[in-house]
Amino acid sequence: MSAAQRPLTAMIDPVTGPPDCTAYERGGGWQATRKALGTLSPADVTDIVTRSKLRGRGGAGFGTGQKWSFVPKEPASERRKYLIANADEMEPGTFKDRWLMEGNPLQLVEGMILAAYAVQAGHGIIFLRGEYHLACQRLEHAIGQARQLGWLGPNILGSAFSFDIHVHSSAGRYICGEETALLTTLEGRRATPRSKPPFPQTGGLWGAPSVVNNVETLCNLPPIIANGAEWFAALGLGDDGGTKIYGASGRVARPGAWELPMGTPLRQIIEEHAGGMRPGYRLRALLPGGASTAFLDASALDVAMDYASVEKAGSRLGTGMAIVLDDQTCPIGMIRNLEHFFAQESCGWCTPCRDGLPWVERLLDAIEEGTGTQEDMDQLGRHARMLGAPGRTFCAHAPGAMAPLASGLKLFADDFADHIAQCRCPQRHAA
Amino acid sequence: MSTAEETLPAALEAEIRALAAAEPYPRGASIAALKAVQRHFGWISTPHLRAVAELLGMSMDDLDGIATYFNLLFRKPVGRHVILLCDSVSCWIMGRDPLCAHLGRVLAIRQGETTADNAITLLPTVCIGHCDHAPAMLVDDTLHGDVDIPALDRLIPGLKEQP
Repeated sequence: MSAAQRPLTAMIDPVTGPPDCTAYERGGGWQATRKALGTLSPADVTDIVTRSKLRGRGGAGFGTGQKWSFVPKEPASERRKYLIANADEMEPGTFKDRWLMEGNPLQLVEGMILAAYAVQAGHGIIFLRGEYHLACQRLEHAIGQARQLGWLGPNILGSAFSFDIHVHSSAGRYICGEETALLTTLEGRRATPRSKPPFPQTGGLWGAPSVVNNVETLCNLPPIIANGAEWFAALGLGDDGGTKIYGASGRVARPGAWELPMGTPLRQIIEEHAGGMRPGYRLRALLPGGASTAFLDASALDVAMDYASVEKAGSRLGTGMAIVLDDQTCPIGMIRNLEHFFAQESCGWCTPCRDGLPWVERLLDAIEEGTGTQEDMDQLGRHARMLGAPGRTFCAHAPGAMAPLASGLKLFADDFADHIAQCRCPQRHAA
Repeated sequence: MSTAEETLPAALEAEIRALAAAEPYPRGASIAALKAVQRHFGWISTPHLRAVAELLGMSMDDLDGIATYFNLLFRKPVGRHVILLCDSVSCWIMGRDPLCAHLGRVLAIRQGETTADNAITLLPTVCIGHCDHAPAMLVDDTLHGDVDIPALDRLIPGLKEQP
């Protein structure tokens, strides 16, 4: 694909490293900021983004323009507002935002300027996971350079709009990716989600209107504003506009991440870009968009990787980063690993999640170790139903945790039965 | 622990005051302040936690609620180097368990422990976003991918010698 068809990664070159401000401008950067601050009103920017059909790339898929539309309209100079980049990329199997931030941090900076201009926020924060040391260095460097050249700070390009960014390096908890837990963390408290309303757009960080957008979402804004909503919408293959960073990990031939048109068929991602399976392995199933999405088996490979199509197939697009289960890895072992993660990362605020997820993990431990019973299976099914339905826990953590379990109970029913009948993991004892 | 070790060095105290001043409310600097202490001492001792709480105008228990909540804040001493070996799904599929067992044998410790010579602490970590090069780990601030047993055997002696 030509650079024009890869607006998120066109300027990423692992050999030369991230572009500086000059190289970024040569590659088409800052055009959008000049255009927005020079010729567009904040409402115009929101309108273009709404018409582009850009949806949140962090996993939930909420319309970006719509999300912004709930923010009170006062100019940044009259009311404290925040624009926050959610860079707490902690969904297992997901490494797309790290690629974007390390590869071209200025595109995130410019995306934040545009989003902040649209909602008239004067304060920008990048909520970065603590493990991303290289991304942190490169972002700090990019912000410093942008500030020096007047792209950040007071009266950007001589306009009335002032905006600056600071990096918050977090200390590692998955739940911080949940936007209200993220805000709670920034206020110096344990990262527990908040009840809504108030929604962050009206009562967010320190009570001020706040917008939290994912890194990939924000990186889409400069090309959208520079090239227009219609151009962006046309990049997608189906109803959703733009490109998407897709990826694959597990025993595929070439694990990696690729920027492809939104709606690229899963088969093309796995077979063409990831090069199919490694020699000697067959694809058994996969999680299409991170740990909190439901398993799809090989029969679903022709699904288009857009929000509606993956949902119709029984899962979620999530982060778009697939985790592949091969035929020589025990599916129950994999689900146990996933549920260990979710149990550990539960914030502990509400009882069903805090107590239910470790219970699920223990049941899976027993089954995998050969001491599981049919009663344990019934108990797992009950947990999948009770915790899986939204509204029974405080946030979406437990329903997310139940997605691979509920789908796995159906898809791998024979494997579960074999573990219980043989009192051991058949796969681990096959050799 | 001597009195000198219980107080924060003046430069660190000034750094934390500046962090607090940059926030609308001082407690907004909690994580940054605790990380600053950890950068200096390697971990967060109770006297240091108390000192930070005082600077931020928080109760010690309130701040400890944060210090004990986050995976990357250490409330116990760690070795000179910390190995964070990913235990999430892609790395598990690609064989992180045998690597962990190997490290356990070579270092004579289990996950969560520090070697007798105080050189290395081995900890599991959740997905570190290097799944295309699984199994992956962080050694201090450096990311390592496609880790195998020979790579570990090359790495460990150097870490043990490094100050």
